[in-house]
Amino acid sequence: MSYQVDENGYYGEFGGQYVPELLMPNIVELTDRYLEIIEAPEFQRRFQGFLRDYVGRPSPLYFAERTSDKVGYQVYFKREDLNHTGAHKINNAIGQALLAQKLGKRRIIAETGAGQHGVATATACARLGLDCVIYMGEVDIQRQAPNVKRMKMLGATVIPATSGSKTLKDATNEAMRDWIANPEDTHYIIGSVVGPHPFPDMVARFQSVIGAELKEQLGEKIGRDYPDSIVACVGGGSNAIGIFFHYLDEPRAKLIAVEAAGEGLTSGKSAATTALGKKGVLHGSTTLFMQTADGQVEEAHSVSAGLDYPGVGPQHAHLFSTGRVFFASVTDEDALCAAKECAQLEGIIPALESAHALSYLKVLKNDSDHVTVLNLSGRGDKDMETYMLHGLDQKDA
Amino acid sequence: MTERVKNLFSDSSRRPLLSIFYTAGYPELDSTAPIFQILEKSGVDFVELGIPFSDPIADGPVIQQSSAIALDNGMNVAKVIAQVREIRESCEMPIFLMGYLNPALQYGFERFLDDISEAGADGVILPDLPLLDYERKYREEFEKRNLSNVFLITPQTPEERIRKLDELSTGFLYVVSSPSITGSKLQMNQQRDEYLSRVQGYNLKNPLIVGFGISDRESFLAVTQYTAGAIIGTAFIRLLEEHGIDERKIEEYIFSVKGVEA
Repeated sequence: MSYQVDENGYYGEFGGQYVPELLMPNIVELTDRYLEIIEAPEFQRRFQGFLRDYVGRPSPLYFAERTSDKVGYQVYFKREDLNHTGAHKINNAIGQALLAQKLGKRRIIAETGAGQHGVATATACARLGLDCVIYMGEVDIQRQAPNVKRMKMLGATVIPATSGSKTLKDATNEAMRDWIANPEDTHYIIGSVVGPHPFPDMVARFQSVIGAELKEQLGEKIGRDYPDSIVACVGGGSNAIGIFFHYLDEPRAKLIAVEAAGEGLTSGKSAATTALGKKGVLHGSTTLFMQTADGQVEEAHSVSAGLDYPGVGPQHAHLFSTGRVFFASVTDEDALCAAKECAQLEGIIPALESAHALSYLKVLKNDSDHVTVLNLSGRGDKDMETYMLHGLDQKDA
Repeated sequence: MTERVKNLFSDSSRRPLLSIFYTAGYPELDSTAPIFQILEKSGVDFVELGIPFSDPIADGPVIQQSSAIALDNGMNVAKVIAQVREIRESCEMPIFLMGYLNPALQYGFERFLDDISEAGADGVILPDLPLLDYERKYREEFEKRNLSNVFLITPQTPEERIRKLDELSTGFLYVVSSPSITGSKLQMNQQRDEYLSRVQGYNLKNPLIVGFGISDRESFLAVTQYTAGAIIGTAFIRLLEEHGIDERKIEEYIFSVKGVEA
């Protein structure tokens, strides 16, 4: 069974290019050129150079000793939180900004939920001298204010998405509209493994540096290049694909994706796509997403803006339906507890997104020699307001 | 193709044709049929009836807002079909249902085609239906039911692809006037005229109907120099937004675009 994209842009029954004709010229151009561009040795040299000297890669693989003691098995953190701009998003933003230059595009647009992808894109654009417009839901602009300020200081224009739920899904709609209206000079840097082919594959390739490094680092640390399990949070799914990518054909590594259950799977306020969604067409691909019986897209709910998306990328939909990746979910409350625990056990304040994955560690029952790698996808600076709102700064909250 | 569509496009004395787009279930759930009747009476040639969707990425804010209101009013695919059936009790104007793929997929695509055809719709326009899916999975299903499927072309579409989209379309070809979402100001410039004149020169099998950015007599005349007709959407939704279902206002507007003395 192949878990990678086929020549028509599909992962099994998921994927494809379900876009209005207005977007087809851009999509066709990308489809025809993305592999040739990103596989060129000169492009790779430039990309790897940026990852090393600018992003600060490789990100460390850290043995989380006190967490391991607590859960009773060996836990390592892949420290994407230590990247420049504080999350894994920069890997893809740099990659796509370099690709945009190759395509001769001078203007970049992007959508953002938590603001991490927006900040990463604004950063890459500043560094490469590209114009940058970020679409962000009005609700997210309020709950992620520090990131909005960062984007502006980096020279980006931030445009609020005021339709629908005013979150990530709506910011994505607005970005697609912008791209339709500006087909010639603009590249759309999608921040996750969602959207029409080739975006899911392209973003996965740029993020796969996480898993590639992990293979080397594990070899040095434990003498084999695969762990027994990998745990990562999933909104659209870019950090998870990034760390899973080189292990999809390694059956000895169990892969676990953690979605946001919000206030609970049956609460009506959730973002657990694979548990609650069904197959349909959203944002340019056939995938799984939460929708009404009439086929209208439902609004997702999560305390974490980065997981507040009603769908998953088509490759995740395929990995879920084939059973290659096990999908779990964690509530807002459990994620908040896990964030506090990580802060006080490891001295690391994680992003709320990553806290969902952290929370799942205590659900796993493993032998003491079992090795789990957790993708610590981002740091929690941007979430301090939410953490304080929930009393996480109180000593015994 | 239905007889209604054949007659519409074969009668050259009716050209330039005027088509109106509006959203089913807007401004009220049961406004669809009354608006249709007024349009038919005012001399509109055919209608695109929007099936509202929560995430209409190819539409501008005005149509998007009308979709959101229609959904709040309780509109869905089954109700649109029932309204088409109701319209067909008294009206003959061709109806193309315009929407996004997902609501039709969830309804069951073949069941959707069966039911809209039985209700009296003439065709569909689904901007996010890929050419390949249509060719491989759905073309026969449309043909069996005499339903038209209309594809869109834009100024960026290469000639070869335009010819392919024309071959696969039945009824007409939807010509997007500029690379933008619905409701933006029509570029009154040479570029647009060159584009329309170029497409006119391809001698395609389908009549060309221009959409996006047409709002008044001036813009209607400008684009129909090169084409069989034009579609007005956003400007008409705005009219409904301002005046509700005001028969006189709607009639005045249609007359003004068609250049008919009231």
